Order: sequence, then structure tokens, then C-alpha cells
Amino acid sequence: MVSDHDPRQSGDGTAASPVGLALFWVYVALYGGFMALVLVRPDLLSLRPFGGVNLAIVSGMGLIAAAFGLAVVYMILRAGR
Amino acid sequence: MIHQTSFVAVAIFAAFVLGVLALSFWLGRKGQSASGYYAAHGQIHWFVNGIAFAGDYLSAASFLGICGMIAFSGYDGFLYSIGFLAGWIVALFVIAEPIKALGTFTFADALDSRFNSRGIKLAVAISTLVVSVFYLIPQMVGAGSLIKPLLGLPHEVGVILVGVTVTLIVVTAGMVSTTWVQFIKGSLLVFFCGVLTVLILGRGLAVNAGRSGDENLSPQMKTVKPDGTVLVDGVPQSKDHDLRPVGTIRRLPERFGDAQSTGPLGPLAYLSALEDSTIVTWSGKKHVDADGSHTTYSPVEKRGSDLLKPGGYFKGLTTGKLADRLDFASLMLALFCGTASLPHILIRYYTVKDAAAARKSTVVGIAAIGVFYVLTLFLGLGAMTSGGLDPTDTNMAAPLLAKSFSDTLFAVISAIAFTTVLGTVSGLIMAGSGAVAHDLVENVFGVQMNDHEKIRVGKLAAVGLGIVAMALGILFRNFNVSFLVGWAFNIAASANLPALVMLLFWPRTTRQGIIAAVTVGMMASLAWILLSADTFEKVYGLPREMALTPFSQPGLVTIPLGFLVLIVVSLLTTPPTAFPTSRR
Repeated sequence: MVSDHDPRQSGDGTAASPVGLALFWVYVALYGGFMALVLVRPDLLSLRPFGGVNLAIVSGMGLIAAAFGLAVVYMILRAGR
Repeated sequence: MIHQTSFVAVAIFAAFVLGVLALSFWLGRKGQSASGYYAAHGQIHWFVNGIAFAGDYLSAASFLGICGMIAFSGYDGFLYSIGFLAGWIVALFVIAEPIKALGTFTFADALDSRFNSRGIKLAVAISTLVVSVFYLIPQMVGAGSLIKPLLGLPHEVGVILVGVTVTLIVVTAGMVSTTWVQFIKGSLLVFFCGVLTVLILGRGLAVNAGRSGDENLSPQMKTVKPDGTVLVDGVPQSKDHDLRPVGTIRRLPERFGDAQSTGPLGPLAYLSALEDSTIVTWSGKKHVDADGSHTTYSPVEKRGSDLLKPGGYFKGLTTGKLADRLDFASLMLALFCGTASLPHILIRYYTVKDAAAARKSTVVGIAAIGVFYVLTLFLGLGAMTSGGLDPTDTNMAAPLLAKSFSDTLFAVISAIAFTTVLGTVSGLIMAGSGAVAHDLVENVFGVQMNDHEKIRVGKLAAVGLGIVAMALGILFRNFNVSFLVGWAFNIAASANLPALVMLLFWPRTTRQGIIAAVTVGMMASLAWILLSADTFEKVYGLPREMALTPFSQPGLVTIPLGFLVLIVVSLLTTPPTAFPTSRR
């Protein structure tokens, strides 16, 4: 027996938006990729491909910046709702 | 080390405490409704709520703990910053808008919105109280630990001072005063961390900072005798004979030639120069015998490039042991999933008017918290090379960094360190008060109350929780508090997140499934923690080898377990036929 109400399709605000979920998975991929690198190949994070700052700091700062960037994108895409 | 009491620090802290109390009484002067007490009438502006998110979330563990960890262990402290911030992505994209639509006052309201089940309310109220208490203890112990070196008062006074102040803030105007205190704290914290970072970059890097000649690199020993007497290198500790402050640069990069200082540097140039420098870090080794406990602090020269990569604190990342790596992965998963499961964070969504405001306030929160966590890297590294670290106390890194600039800045940062405790504890007591009064008394025990009685019970619950928090802060004064914040995240993520996510995304979720997931997630994560190697070694004083779990952080096992239990129990029980989705 299946419920007659699917929260994923709800228009009453009780479901997360598809845009939000898409952005969530983008961040999960970034965060997961970074953590996989820390766990499996931490030596790669010592590389300094961007001037004098190593990949560990660049990617860490990048993750923080990405969180804010995606949040702003989400706010713009959901403006007025 | 013995730290001199700063009159300016006492004055600034007293002014802040009196200021927030005056504000609270002013906000509470009008008559209140239950909606006002528990949710600020849903009328808080989204920007104020966003900064209050930062004030609520950035606890003493974030400010003092992460700065200290970076100062002593390097990059690994920044991994905490990354994990703590990442959790807000779950909050924004998955939780924020639905929970605003589902709930009224408490987290239990949201989980129970489609079932009207006393069982759900009971399970979630208990989980809220457990998480809040686990989060409260380190805040209160932190307050007590800070007050002695900073203000010269005993541990108990710090705990009671914070407990009484916070209880007064909460009972005067409930969520309204709590929000404004958190807004002020969040603003001050980010602003002054920004000021400190500008000063760090302006000062640049210097060899043997704070010293007239080379640093004395001979080991130092602190002994605590059974009668409590403290010796430093065998001589009673005093202001004239104390441990030396530590944390210096031995050599600057070759590109600076014979210069002893780099002068002002930009953010990237600062990090680059530090990576190419040689830094002296200190670590302690403790042994206990009949004469007391002896801790020897020894210097180690390290390359900056080694300190700015993973593995300084999480040793398992470099040793390659599978269990250690799983432990790290589990912690990072708990940080990612825990934020959006913390009841004191979730109830803040009820203080804004609609889902759009919930969304916008989360974005503001992410901005403020993200800026703060970027700054922690510079604060920690600045402290590491300031020459002023206390080798016995990693939590003092940020205040002592400020002291290396001026005593006034030290006083300001010290006072802000206390305000971090006030802001977070007030949010936790607010969440616990709602769980007791609204979930347990009103909904589980079925006590019918009018609006006035609901507020009175909420305030009584806040007073009771304040007393419990003070007692625990004194009782656990010697407890290793760093575990407790991690425990709170693990328990919150294991107990609350599976139920919340499945309620939103799986229509087959049943009442029994939610009750089972919350209960099993909470109990399993608690049991795992109590049986882990870290707890055996650092809490029970037993060998790590006796532990019954393969690694210490439970999230990697107990979060999926919560989902699994919910799915299995839901499939075995009668599905809901329809969901009433209107807010109550």
C-alpha cells in the first residue's frame, strides 16, 4: 500500500526544492572528493600547483568558498519563492 | 602557566554581561505569548537570524578549540573548520525550508507533524535533551576553565556566572533575547577575528617573535604533586618562575635573505612564506608516579610544509592504519550530518516568518560562519608563530595571540571568548526548555495549559536546565571536553538526521519507523562512544586495546544504522494513509 501523499511532490513547502537537492549533490561530490583525497592520497595535498600555497589549503578554502557560492546561487534561483 | 588577571578584561566582560542582561530585561518588559517565548513570534528579520545562527553555532569549541588545534598541530584543525561549515549545506539545501513549514516550536513538532504521536514526541524530546546536555557540558566546563587564567576567579565562579547570566537571558524574553544575544556575539566574534587577522598579516612573520635573542629550546617539565603543589623544572611555580611561552619561527624562507622579519604580507604570501619557513612546535608527554604527574614539554623543529598538510593531529592519515582512517572518515561524516540535526540550531528556523526568510537567513549564516572559519586558519597559524603560546593549554592560543599584540586586545578577545559561551548556552537552554515544557509536559503527559502557563513552565524548565548545566560544568571540570562536542554531533546525526530526511523524502515512512530510528540511533551512538578506545583511554584510564569498538567515532556505522532501522521498521508496520501537512 502506498501513501496518497508524496512529500517529494508537495507544494506546501514541506519538501526540499529540486534545485536545492541538485546543488546539495554538487557539494557532496566536492566534499566527498576532498575527503577521499585526504584519506587515500594525502601526499597529493602537499603539491603546490597554485603559486606558493599547497593544495590542502587551496582545496580547503575552495570548499568553504564553494559552500558560500552555491548558497548564493540557490538564493538567486529561488528568489521570489 | 600563570596568566595575569586583566582588569580591562574583567571590565569589558562585566560591561557585556550587564549590557545583554539590560537588553534582555528591556525585551522582556512586555507581556509574552507562548509563540513569543519559544519562537520570537516568527518575526525575527532574516539577516538578524542569519548572524544569530553564527552566534548560536560558533561555540567555544570553534573559537578556542580550532585555533588551539591549528596552533599546536597545524592543518588538521582546519579540517574541523571545513567539516563544521559543510554541515550547513545540508541545512540549507535539504532541511531549512521544509522544517520551517513543518514545525512550530520544537524539533519534535517537525518530526511529528504528520503523525500526532506521543511516542515520536517522547523519543525526540529525549534525544533533544541528550544532545543539548552533551553540548552544554563542554561549554560550561570551557567557561570555568577560561575564567581562572583570564579573570583570576575559581572554576566554579565561571560556571555559575555563565549559568546565571544565561538563565536570566532565557527567562526574561525567551527566544527574542536569546536571538539578540546571539546576534551581538556573532557580530563581535567575526569582526574581532577579522581585526586580529589584519594585525597578523600586518605583522608578517618574524624569527623568534617576542624574544630579544634565540629561543631557549631546552625541555620544560611541569609537575603536579599529590597535594596539588605545582613545580616547574623542580621549583615551585610562581610568576617569576614559570613555564616559558612557546611557538616561534626558527628560519624564514631563503628568499627573505638575512632578514629576521618579512614585514607585512598578503594572505596568500603569508601562507606561502609560512610553508617555506622552519617552525618550532612543542608537545607534551605525561607520566604519573608516586611523586605526582609529570609532563615534559619538548621542542621539535618542523618544516612549514609539513605543518600545512593533513596528519599533524589525525596521525592515522599518515600511518595508513585502516581503523584510524575510518575513525577520521566517521568524524567528518558526523560533522557533515550533525549540524542540520542539532535541535538548538533547528529551532532557530521557527523565529523567521516564512520559508524564504529561513533560506535567506541560512545563506547569511553560511557567509558569516564561512568567513569565521577562513579566519581561524590565520588565527591558528598566527598563534603558532607568535612566541606567546602556553604549552599546557591549547585553548588559550587565541587569547594569547591577542596578547602578543596588546593587553587591551587580549582583554577584548578574552571577553569575546566568554560571550561565545553565553550565546551557545542560551540557545541550548532554549532548545531544552522547549523539549521539556512543550514536548514532554504538554504533548506527552497531556497537561492542558493556557498561554501564560506554557511560558511559566518553559521558564521553570530553563531554570532547571540552567541549574543542571551549572552542576555538570562543576562536576565534569576535569573531563576532557573536546570529546563531548564530537559526541553531541555524532548523537545528533545518528538519532535525528535519518528520521528527518526520510520523513521528507520517503512517503512510506511510518510513526513506528521514526520512533525506532531516533531511539536506536541515539542509543547505538551513545553505546559506541562509551565502548570506544578514546573513552577507555582518556575517560576510564584503561588500555585502548580493551575497547570493544574498532574505532572511536560512531557516525560511519550509526548514521546508516538509523536509516536502515527506519526503513525496516516502516516496511514492517502499517503505512500512513494520508499526511495532514498543515502546520499546527
